[in-house]
Parts: sequence; structure tokens; C-alpha cells
Amino acid sequence: MLVNFFYTLKRAQIPVSITEYLSLLKTLSAGVAGANVDDFYYLARAALVKDERHYDRFDQAFGTYFKGLEEKFGVALADLPDEWLRKQAELMLSEEEKKEIEALGGWEKLMETLRERLQEQQKRHQGGNKWIGTAGRSPFGAYGYNPEGIRIGQGSSRNQRAVKVWDERHYKNLDDNVELGTRNIKMALRRLRQFAREGATEELDLDDTISSTARNAGLLDIKMVPERHNAVKVLLFLDVGGSMDYHIRICEELFSAARNEFKHLEYYYFHNCLYESVWKDNYRRHAERISTMDVIHTYGREYKLVFVGDATMSPYEIMMAGGSVEHMNTEPGVTWMQRMLEAYPHAIWLNPREEQTWDFTPSVKMLKEIMHGRMYPMTLEGLDRGMKTLKRTVH
Amino acid sequence: MSDLRFEGTDNYVATKDLMMAVNAAITLTRPLLVKGEPGTGKTQLAQEIAHSLGRPLLEWHIKSTTKAQQGLYEYDAVARLRDSQLGDEKVHDIANYIRRGKMWEAFESDEQPVLLIDEIDKADIEFPNDLLLELDRMQFHVYETKETVNARRRPIVIITSNNEKELPDAFLRRCFFHYIRFPEKETMERIVNVHFPDLKKHLLSAALETFFDLREVPGLKKKPSTSELLDWIKLLVAEDIPAEALHSDDARSFIPPLHGALLKNEQDVHLFERLVFLNRRNAG
Repeated sequence: MLVNFFYTLKRAQIPVSITEYLSLLKTLSAGVAGANVDDFYYLARAALVKDERHYDRFDQAFGTYFKGLEEKFGVALADLPDEWLRKQAELMLSEEEKKEIEALGGWEKLMETLRERLQEQQKRHQGGNKWIGTAGRSPFGAYGYNPEGIRIGQGSSRNQRAVKVWDERHYKNLDDNVELGTRNIKMALRRLRQFAREGATEELDLDDTISSTARNAGLLDIKMVPERHNAVKVLLFLDVGGSMDYHIRICEELFSAARNEFKHLEYYYFHNCLYESVWKDNYRRHAERISTMDVIHTYGREYKLVFVGDATMSPYEIMMAGGSVEHMNTEPGVTWMQRMLEAYPHAIWLNPREEQTWDFTPSVKMLKEIMHGRMYPMTLEGLDRGMKTLKRTVH
Repeated sequence: MSDLRFEGTDNYVATKDLMMAVNAAITLTRPLLVKGEPGTGKTQLAQEIAHSLGRPLLEWHIKSTTKAQQGLYEYDAVARLRDSQLGDEKVHDIANYIRRGKMWEAFESDEQPVLLIDEIDKADIEFPNDLLLELDRMQFHVYETKETVNARRRPIVIITSNNEKELPDAFLRRCFFHYIRFPEKETMERIVNVHFPDLKKHLLSAALETFFDLREVPGLKKKPSTSELLDWIKLLVAEDIPAEALHSDDARSFIPPLHGALLKNEQDVHLFERLVFLNRRNAG
């Protein structure tokens, strides 16, 4: 039974391994959890999920898997809270029925009838029909996934909880790719670190000092080395203006994080697509232009190239000479992109637009092809993937 | 396997999911990795586990310069070099210059200890990888003296992280994991009760209301956490501020007394005051 549970989690893209699965089984056989589904939920989460960003996915997968299995864990219908039943009674029973029941024996009897009614409905539900309360009458409509298929057991609780823990989905906003703060971005950029010792010798090299001293017949022979620091070099090209205005905040954050993280950071601006010239100061963009060729000649192949832009424009702006919206370009943007990519083997494109929407815009698809697929969304998870790509050695 | 169970203590409120994770870690003697917002009692957890189980506690606080080796042992080559120059007799035995680390101490302990590895994310990215074997088999080798140190009793290892670095998968696979969620109002009430048992009921509810309202203020850089709430209540009690002072007709145009204990960032204080000012003007 639990093997299927394991594969349900795998399918939900939670990185679970066999070791973790086995350790869950071990804790179960050691009797850590009592015989109820709440305990099992907590235990499975502690053993299988190692990142709070996956908690939400786990909750959903758990919910799906354990739908209908609950009776085996002994969550009985008898546990239904009375107020909830009262509310249901108003919705489900007609006035005549209520009167009839009152005549029969009042509230107690009513409850009983209602329970029977609910049980019946559950059976019918399993037969494939819809369950109560899809028209906004059920208090359980707001749960995010599968709003119509709610079992009654989900509403029950011995601990005054209105819904099951995993159905509350507390960890929704901890899932990947939501918010990016400067600090988060810095952590992601840190993946790119390359430590190297370069420059002036300023630190005492203890090991070398000791071995040299020993070789020097016990007379102190001090050895110094340069300090270790991040030697990675980054060339950043930022798209400004037009459709990029919607993404200003996130770009600012990325930029400030990059400025702090990389000692060797060079940045230039462009509009929509890269052409023969770029600029460094947005206020003087028409007065002070720098030739793209000069940029290529200035910085060596070891620089990592990062484009930031939404890649959203007319396809002509990429493919045609004279296609630029701002000036007359003699060579198409694609030529310049290819020149850049030849000059810098380590390159990625970061796109602030949501990844699902990329395929709807032809220009995004084209640029992604030009980049050989190395286009990543500007989310934590996307940055991570991007940084990994940049780290890979290319020959 | 042991029959030990952790169920919170007199001054630590443990939620059910936390207890489950701790007990799983104790039963299999695997490390437990604890994450969560700052100030939710991650470090305190280890102290309370040691306290409630009656076990000795060893704390290893990690800094950005800490190396994995330092937890095992260090070879003090400089002291030996100096002694050799002074002609000290000690110099002939290399064991005199081996300094034991916290993990060695934990392995040597007669009673099963609780070992806290605090803020593991502060160290270098490779740090957790360097401890894989040691945490898995609870043994390591001392090259200088050619001895292998084995744990007499596998310690209960609690590791905390503030999420500043991603931890490697191989490391995570060997741990149990728990994320301490920010407590809900009821849990928070229990926590405050544990710390201030004599607190008047209406002061408590007024303080909690103000506190949770403050956490809802949009755009705060650092939301106040449990430890800040406890400090603030301590101040309220010390200053003898009545519960009425925390009430106001319009919650949004009201600055709670001693709010400096809750907001630790001058930008947050400015933001908050500006919001209050705007709300007052709109109301008036």
C-alpha cells in the first residue's frame, strides 16, 4: 500500500528517495506513530520531505492519496461536529421534513436522519455523482484543489479543527518560484562562486609554514598566500523600457543582489533586442552609446554572459535588418546575439515573464532557440537552474 | 531503539507535528534538521529535549569560518612547533596536541547526549557534506594518532538552519526534517502562558491581538516573532501597562506602547508610523 503512496509523491515531483522511504517504514515498525492518520501524516512528512517549499505539494499528494482510505484509520462519521450538521440540515432538509422530524422526536432524531442521509450521499458520490455543496453552500468550497469532491470525513475532527491538517495547506506560499527578495537572489547567485587565490599575498599559510620550517631545521620560515575570494566574472545585459516596465522591481532586486555578490560585474542596457550598440546610463542613452563590438573585445571569454529581458517584441525586431523600433539597424538582432554567444560560451537569458506564457509569444520562442534553450524564468528555482548552467564547463 | 519520548516541557510548547519529528529522530537516532522563521525556538528545542529527557547537552555553534574538522578534532601544530623550539618533553607524543571537538565529546559521552549543531547554514557550502559519514555511522578516524573514534551511544543530533544556504541532498536524505511554522493564536496563547503564568487574561488577549495585527502590516521587512512578543510582554509587565492602553477604537490608527521591542528595523518603524498617520488622517 505504501509503495503506491511513495510513487504518488514521486509523481507530485517531491524528491523522495528509497533511503527515506525505508527509514519511514522503520519508524513505523518501531511504533513511533499511533494508529491514526494524523500521526502518520506528520511522520511521513518528517521522514520524506526535506524542504518546506515541498510541503504544499506533499499536502496535496497526501490528500489525493488518502481520499477514501480514511475509514481504515477509523475516522468515523460519528465524529461530525454538531454545528456543522446543523448547518447542513438547513440546506439539505426541506421545511416539511424538518417539521416531520420535529414531530417525530426533535433534534436527536433529526441528527440521525441526517447522518443516514449523508452516508447515502457518500455512497452515491463514490458511484461518480457530485457531492454536496458545489453551489457555494458547503463550508469546504475554499480549499484550492478539487472543490467538489469533498468527503464528509474531511470536515470532521476530534481536535476542533475544521478541516484536516493537510487540507489546510498552510505551506502554500512556501512553494518554489513565488517571491524573490534581494537576499534570496543573493543566495541563488552564490552558486556561481568560484574561489581562487589571486593578487597580493596577505594570509599566513600555516601548513606550508610548518613544513618549510621543518625542512629549514626548525627555524621559522613564514609562508604567505593571497586571500581566497570569488573570482567569477559576469557580464550583464538588461532590457529596459517598454514592456519591461512591469518587471522593474524584480530587475532592480536582481541587479542590486548581483552588484553585491560579484566583484567583477559589468552591465549594459539594451532595448528589446541586442543590436550594434548598448549604453550604460539610461538618462544619456542616445548621447553615449558603446559599440557592442567594443564590449566583445574588452571582456575575455571567461566572463559569464547574462541577459535579462522579457524577450517580448515583434519577430521582425530579431530577424530583420531595419526591424528595430528605435533606430535603423543594418544587421538583424539575431546576428548580434550569435556574435555574443560565440564570444561567450557561458550564457543564459533570464526572463521575468512566467514560464507557462513563453510559448504564446513567437519572439520568446525564437530567442530561446537562439540561446539553445538556455532561457530561465526569474524565480528562485529558475535562477538556480540558470546558475547551474553557467557553472557547467563548455569547450 | 529506545522508549524515550519527547512531549514538550514546562516552558516549551511543542506542537504535535514537532513531537512526532523529534520522536522519530530519537527512535532511529538519526539527525533532526529544524528550520523556521527566526525566533520560533529552533535552538531552544535542543535544550528542552536534553532537559526533558535528562540528558547532557553539547552545543556546537557554527560560524562562517567553522570547518567540519573542528567538530571532530584539531591538531594544534603551532603549539607543538613552539614546544619543540623550547625543548619541551611533551613534544614527543603527538596526542598531546590533539584538541577534541564537540562531536568527539558527544561520541565519548557515557550517557546518550543531545548534540546541537546550531545554524549549520552559516558555514561553507561543503560543510554538511564533510560530516556525512560521521553523522551516518557516528565514527571517524584520527590520522595523527591512527585511532578510530566510535560513538559509545549514538547521540541525539539536532541541527538548525536559517535557510541561508541550500543543504546538499545527500545530507538531507540522512536527516528527519521539520519546519517550525509560525504559531497560530491558540498555540501562541499557550506559549505566552508558559512564560508568564500570572499574566492577566485580558492583558494577554489585548497584547496578542496587537501583535498579530502588527504582523499583518503589509511590507514589513522583519515581522516580529515569538521571542520579540515575549520580550515585549516582559516590558509591558515591568512597566505595569494596563490592558486598556492596548485597546483603541480604531486599531489601524494606533501605535502600541513600547513598540520598539516588536519592530527592530528603523525602516519598519517609519513605515508603520506613516501608515498609522495616513489612517488617522483618513479617519479624521
